[in-house]
Parts: sequence; structure tokens; C-alpha cells
Amino acid sequence: MPIGQDQAANPFAQFRKTYFEECAELLDALQSHLERLVNGNADEETLHAIFRAVHSIKGGAGAFGFDGLVAFSHVLESLLDQIRDGKVAATHSVIQLLLRASDALADIVSAARDDRTMSAGFAADIVASLEDLLLGAPDQPIDTTVPVAPVQVSGEVRYRIGFTPHTEMLRNANEPLLLVRQLRRLGGLTIEVDTARVPPLATIEPEAAYLGWVYTLDTGAPQSAIREVFEFVEDDCDLTIDIVAAQLATNPTAPVTCTQAIAQPLVKNGEINAQPASPTQSIRVDVDKVDRLVNLVGEMVITQAMLTEQSSMLPIDQYPALIQGIEALAQSARELQESVMAIRAQPVKSIFARMPRVVRDLAATLGKEARIVTTGEATEIDKTVIEQLNDPLTHMIRNALDHGIEPPEVRTAAGKPRQGTIHLAAAQRSGRIVIEVSDDGHGIDRAKVLAKAQARGLVPPGAALSDEEIDNLIFLPAFSTADKVSNISGRGVGMDVVKRNVQSLGGRISVQSRLGAGSRFILSLPLTLAVLDGMIISVGKETYIIPLTAIIESLRPKPADIHPVVGRGDVLALRGEYVPLTYLHKRFSIADAISDPCRGIVIIVQSESAGRLGVVVDELLGQQQVVVKSLEVNYDPVEGISGATILGNGRVALILDIARLRDADCAARQEQVSEMARLH
Amino acid sequence: MQPATQSTVTTLTQDNRDRAAPGENTHQFITFTLGDEEYGIDIMVVREIKGWTNTTMIPNAPSHVRGVINLRGVIVPIFDLRARFGMGMTTPTNTHVVIIVATGTRTIGLLVDTVSDIISVDPAAIRPIPEMGLPTDDRFLSGLVALDDRMVTLVSLSGLFSSPTAGLDPAIDRQSSAQPARAA
Amino acid sequence: MAKRILAVDDSKTMRDMVSFTLSKAGFEVNVAEDGKGALAVLGGGKFDLIITDLNMPVMDGITLIKNVRSSAQHRGVPILILTTESDGAKKAEGKAAGATGWLVKPFSPEKLVELVQRVCP
Repeated sequence: MPIGQDQAANPFAQFRKTYFEECAELLDALQSHLERLVNGNADEETLHAIFRAVHSIKGGAGAFGFDGLVAFSHVLESLLDQIRDGKVAATHSVIQLLLRASDALADIVSAARDDRTMSAGFAADIVASLEDLLLGAPDQPIDTTVPVAPVQVSGEVRYRIGFTPHTEMLRNANEPLLLVRQLRRLGGLTIEVDTARVPPLATIEPEAAYLGWVYTLDTGAPQSAIREVFEFVEDDCDLTIDIVAAQLATNPTAPVTCTQAIAQPLVKNGEINAQPASPTQSIRVDVDKVDRLVNLVGEMVITQAMLTEQSSMLPIDQYPALIQGIEALAQSARELQESVMAIRAQPVKSIFARMPRVVRDLAATLGKEARIVTTGEATEIDKTVIEQLNDPLTHMIRNALDHGIEPPEVRTAAGKPRQGTIHLAAAQRSGRIVIEVSDDGHGIDRAKVLAKAQARGLVPPGAALSDEEIDNLIFLPAFSTADKVSNISGRGVGMDVVKRNVQSLGGRISVQSRLGAGSRFILSLPLTLAVLDGMIISVGKETYIIPLTAIIESLRPKPADIHPVVGRGDVLALRGEYVPLTYLHKRFSIADAISDPCRGIVIIVQSESAGRLGVVVDELLGQQQVVVKSLEVNYDPVEGISGATILGNGRVALILDIARLRDADCAARQEQVSEMARLH
Repeated sequence: MQPATQSTVTTLTQDNRDRAAPGENTHQFITFTLGDEEYGIDIMVVREIKGWTNTTMIPNAPSHVRGVINLRGVIVPIFDLRARFGMGMTTPTNTHVVIIVATGTRTIGLLVDTVSDIISVDPAAIRPIPEMGLPTDDRFLSGLVALDDRMVTLVSLSGLFSSPTAGLDPAIDRQSSAQPARAA
Repeated sequence: MAKRILAVDDSKTMRDMVSFTLSKAGFEVNVAEDGKGALAVLGGGKFDLIITDLNMPVMDGITLIKNVRSSAQHRGVPILILTTESDGAKKAEGKAAGATGWLVKPFSPEKLVELVQRVCP
């Protein structure tokens, strides 16, 4: 669009941004309401909400001259109107049409926003289907206005206008006086009043109209202008407009009445009591403001931690008030931080809502039938995490459709329903967010996976791997069971990329699968990237942080509890179970550390995917809530480290990535296992 | 927090830069020393000069990666330049200096012996690195310039950190800002 | 003293556009997102004109109009409804409920101002 033309051509141009932001919200709402319709959870209010969403999009589109958008949304809106009035039934195929129509609507809005033109005939089939349904509906509201024949006159004409308001006209705050003023603007006016209907004073109702008028108007304006003056009150009065003296017109003037076949909609009395799903008050805040707030609170927490540390060195009896004050400050700081973090937390609904469309589009392309069921959309997670979840979730769902869900015939042959189901669920569990993507497809073909891995040299031939270990092979880089790079799932986007994405968020991913029954991917993510409760530990001269949520317990073992196991390193006997040990000083090549676990501390940690690990450290220094800083902003990812923090003394401490420690341990042990296998 | 006496912080202000800028067609460099050798780095990438403070070790990092420090709330890695040049490890004391530079979107620190001067150099006066004769890898260097009676070796920041052994993944590393042209 | 207008529409874009246009024309404008909010605003002051959309959540335009017409303070206030061309039924329903007139979407700022001045000079 040429610069500068915007303002002149469209005085509302400055509201474009607002309009498209609103469209985005409306389209989201439209999706979730349609989902309810699909799932059978819809009620009358849902239908109204669906109508309103399209209605609002159409309204704004008209203001900005997006004709294509207006036209499409108009047809859709008309059908939705019929549906909410009960004139068209919302059958399964109608709902499917509505879903496709809403997808098309989103595309047209997108194009309007980006100043693109849609290809000719876009969504023509959808429009045709919509119109078919409209034509079939009974009692179509027909707008039949008998056009007013333009009266051909020139120069001034004298009109005689009879205007008798019905008794009720004034109730609509229509002021005859205002009408008179408008008539006066058209030309010379004389007024006669007819008081025939005025009742005795005692029976007068102050708001009723009893008077009638006859206006004589000399004007050069066309009759339509006169009619326009009475536009709003036409139905509430007796109106006659006659030409008294003029050049003879070709068409006789006649009082024009508009006949409209009105399909009476349901008239509701009183307030609508149906409450929307979650009528919570909210205000809009710029993301930048929130981020700044989060940063400031983070800095404050660091300073407060420093104060706490310094105050711990003061003699209590000499500075009781100061020490107590700092304790109180620590408490407030903690609560403040939790509140601020909660501000940034958003329900995962926003990304979950995009998935049904992904499923619809891809299923159609692949010739498969599938639906997606979501639960736990209200689960909240930090905004920064949410945005980055979109890609991995989309890939997993595409994978499920591409590789998991079988074609309909295969499914029916296997005794499964034609339509595959993908289940997307989110829940909070022990301080983390757990997201599951599961399908009822044919599951991971372990024989094929193992063969492929061996063919690529990822696994030595003849190695014995457990089912779980084979399943996790799919997360290895450059692994794909597709014989050709599937254009659908995207070139080069394998589960390894998904895993890396998830890990960069501080999360973990694992898979469970049963051949013939389906697969289940489990993602575990931290609630927020910004803050965590940590246990400070030391190894040699180095200090590290272990996330408290990963710690089960800590102990100083006795020599009798430590058992070296051939090919598996040391294990700790703990209440009848064996926990593998990992020595941090060996892992991190730290000199001058305690190497005997019985003289140090063993911290038992749990990783999401399975199993426990005993981390051998020198000392436990204490517990602290820390602000998580990224190591990767200025450096690279470090194996076994998930981030860094600044302690109260100003020094940097690195935060351990427990899952990676365990994974790497597994890998190391696998190496040992395969080494053993090679030797035999 | 480190007591103030242990570190000296000098932030290069615009004033500093302008005062030493005589001609129009000159590039400015900050010169620093490693042992007897003098080096220069493009002033446009230098953000700050501070004294050495103890770093937090990064596990299993290459030996020239000394660790990370807290720079007003940001985690910044410190690279031992002498070690990077293959001339052995530095034993840092509180007289050593760390030059904080910004390369692409990253902020990193370079551990050097001392910082000397700000010099203005006419790009035409920069000579290419000879094929042999210098102890350091010519990937890291972008040219030589004669100054009075000294020879200053100009350091290429992107050259330092775009190689696989740099301790920065080349796929992730981004180009540094302007550096003098390398003679063919 | 400037005339006071209440604009009611669940579309933020619409509210912004109407509010902006009428403020520029010298009116004092308040907004609400639905009928319920509108009644709350009306309860807090005196208004000379109400412009309302019909399709809104919580309480729609028709119900709002009926409520206004039976209220003590604002029963005589002119009410304009925002409607689309083909909405003949809605226009009639609006009128039956007590609307004074209507404004057809899409409208130009000039048309909006002209109509407002017609019913609320």
C-alpha cells in the first residue's frame, strides 16, 4: 500500500493493529468454542459466542475495506445465525464444515493483515457449502425493500408532509422537535398542528404522543432526503409525503412502506444468566513491563540473599532488630518473587488451541482420520517456556500422525476405531509441569528401530538393549525411521531436535510405547525458568547447586553399603535397592575433592525418565532460593550444567542438570556394557 | 561481593575514544601485553576493562576457558588469551587485567597481563601477518602495525572464536563487529 | 458543557474507533464491553446518548436497551444501535425494545458524527 494513502483513504487506519490483535483473540475463542461443539460440550451460549466472534471480525473488516473478508465472514455469520436460532441443525458434517470455514477465515484474516491477496477461488467450495445450507433453511429473513422511485423534479418543490406519531413513538427518545429542525435545514417550513387526539388533562400520559403535524416544506432536496429525516420513526408513525406543487413528476409519489419479511428471532426477556466459563477480571499489560518487573525482583532477591548472608555473621544479641528485619525481608522477597512469577504464568491453552488445526490439516493430507483430545489446558506455565513449547509439541503431534496413527483401513482391520485419537494433556506435578502426547497408533516398531540404529552404527551389533533403551534410540541425532525424508514432518526435524528444544528449556522428555497399542511421550518442564529452590553443595573448592525438586534425600553412607559392580561402577545399597553412584569430582575433573563417599555426602536424586542416582559430593552447604541465569547467553551449553546463579557472596555457582548427569551416566554405562559385549 | 580495592574498573566512555582520535580515516585500538609481546584489539568491541577476579570453573572446559564471573548480574566467561595463543597458562594475580568485549550478541572477557594505551591507526599502515615467524596462530591475528619503535599485533576477535577448539561452538558463535581488513 | 456519550461494544476495535471519532468531534465518551458494564457506567453518571452493538456477551444490546428504557434516570436518552445492513430483523427488534435509531456498519467517521448530532444536538 502506498505510503500516505492510508490515512487519507481510511480514517480508521490507525486502528488496524488493534483490529488484528482483536481478530487473533476472536479466532482463538472461535476455535475453543468450536472444539466444545465437536466434543458435545456446547450449549446455547456457545452458539452465541461463535456467532459473535465472526460477527465482530466482519464488523471491523467492513471498516477497513477488507471486502474479501467481509464477504466470507458474512456468509459464515449468516449460517451461524441460523444455527443459533435453531433453523439449521448442528450435525456432525455441519460442524466439520464450520471447522473448515473457521480455518479459512483465519487464513483470510492473515492475508488481510499481511496485505496479501488470496488466490482466486480460495475457499470457494466452503462458501458453496455454506450457501447450500443457508438456502435449505426455512424462513429465510428476506430483506425486501421496495425501492423508492426517484422523483424527477428540478428547482424547488413544495411538499406536504403529514406526520402523526403513534402513541408509543416518544418512548424511543425520538424527539419530534429534532425532526422539525432537520426539516428546517432542508428548506422553508411552515407547521400546522393537529390536536384532535389530545385527551383530557387528567388522562394524559406524559410520555405518550398525541399531537400530529402537517409540514409544508419548500425544498430543492430530493424526496429521499425528507424520508431520511423520518428514517428512524417510519414504523412508529403515519407518514405521508405529497408533492403539492411542482413540475409534474413521471412517477406519482406515494407513501412508501418498507415491507420486510421478518423471521422473528427468539426474544429474550430479562438478563441472560449464562455465565461465561471464567469471568475473571483482567487487565492488559505490556510484556516488556512484566519482564522488567521480573528482572528487578530477581536482582532484589540476589541483594536480599547477600544481606541475609552478611547478617548471619552478626552477633544476634547486638543487632536483634536488624537481623529480624532482614529475616522479614527474606520472607517478603520470597512471596514477592512467587507473585511476580505467577504473573508471567499463562495457561498452556494458548498453544494447545493451535493443535486441532495441525491435526486436521495433516490428517487430511495424509488421508488418515484423527482427532485430538486435550486436557489440562488451564495448567499454567511461565510465558517464556510456553512460547518455546510450540515447536516441539507441533513436531510430536505431526510425528504421531505421520508415523503413529495408521490409515483407516489398517485400523479397522486391527479392530481399532477408524479415527485415531491423539491425547494432549498437561498437569502440574511436584513442582514441575508434565505434558503428555499420546496416540493410539501402532507404537514404536522396536525391531525396525534397532535395525536402523545398528545400520547407522549408533549401536554395536549384538548389543542387548532393554525395551526402554531401544525406545530412547529415536532421540539420537540423525535418526529417522522414514525411508524417505518425510516432507510432512519437515526435513531434518527428528525427535532429537525435539529433545534438544525441550532440554534447552530445562526439561526432559521420555517415551513409552506398546506395539499395536500406541506411544506416549512425556515432557517434564520446570514451572519457571527464572527461579529455583536449590541445595548448595561443594566439591573440592567448587560450589554447585542441585535443584531441590530433584533431591529425595541425602546421607553419609557406611562402607558396607557401597558395592562395586562389574561394568556398572559403584552402587549404594539403600533400603533393599541399589542406587548407582556418580562421582562429581570425577565427572567434572575437580582436584582436591573427597573421593570416598563415606567421608563425603551422597545426595540421592531422581530424574524424570526413570531411576535414581546417588551424587557424591563433599559437603552440603545449605539451601537457598536462587535466580537462574543463563550460561548460554555468552557461552555454550555445558554437559551436566543447566544454568548458573549468583550467590549471596557475589560469586557464580553452576546449577547441575540432574537428568543429564543420569543420561550421561547411562550412556557411559552403555559404553561399558557394549565394551564388555565386544570383549566376549 | 568483591571488596572494591581488588578490582579497578574502567569503562570506556565516548570521551575517551574521541580524545585519542586525531584523523578521520583512522581506526582505534586498545593495546595490551602478554609477556613481552604487545597486541591491539579494535576499540569498538571493547566494553570495559576490569581487574582480575576469581572465576567459577566450568567443568571439562578447554584449558584456556578460565571460568565465569558475575558482571553486574550477567554471567560472563573469561578466556585466557595467552593460553588461547598456545603460549602457556596465565597465573593471574590482582594486577592482571580482563578486557570485556562484545562479540556479536555475546559478552566475554579476555585475560591479559596489562593494558597499555589507546592508539589510532591508519588502515593503510596495517601490514599483513607474515607466513611464519610469530608464535601465535595466524587465524587469531588480523594484521601488524608499527608504532614508534614497537610492533603491535592486531587481534581478530572473530578469528579467536570461530574455530572448533575455541570453546565456543562455531555454529552458535556470531560474527564480531567491524575489524580491519585482512590483507590477502 | 460537552455532551456525554456511552459507547457499548464487545469489540475493542469498534470501541476505540467510535470513542476516538466522537471525542474529536467534541463529545465526552465513555465505553463499556457489554450490557452489564454499560448499566454500571450509566448508574454512575448522566449521559446524553448511548451507542450500542447488539451482539455482546453477558448482556446483549436488546436487553440493555430494555433495561435503559425502564430505568428512572436514562429512560429518555436517545439510543443508537450499531447494525449491519442485512440485519433487518435486528433493527426491528432494537426498535421494538426502544432504540431511537441505528447506524449501519461499516460507517465513516463523518456519518457517525452526523448521526450522533441528529439525535443528540
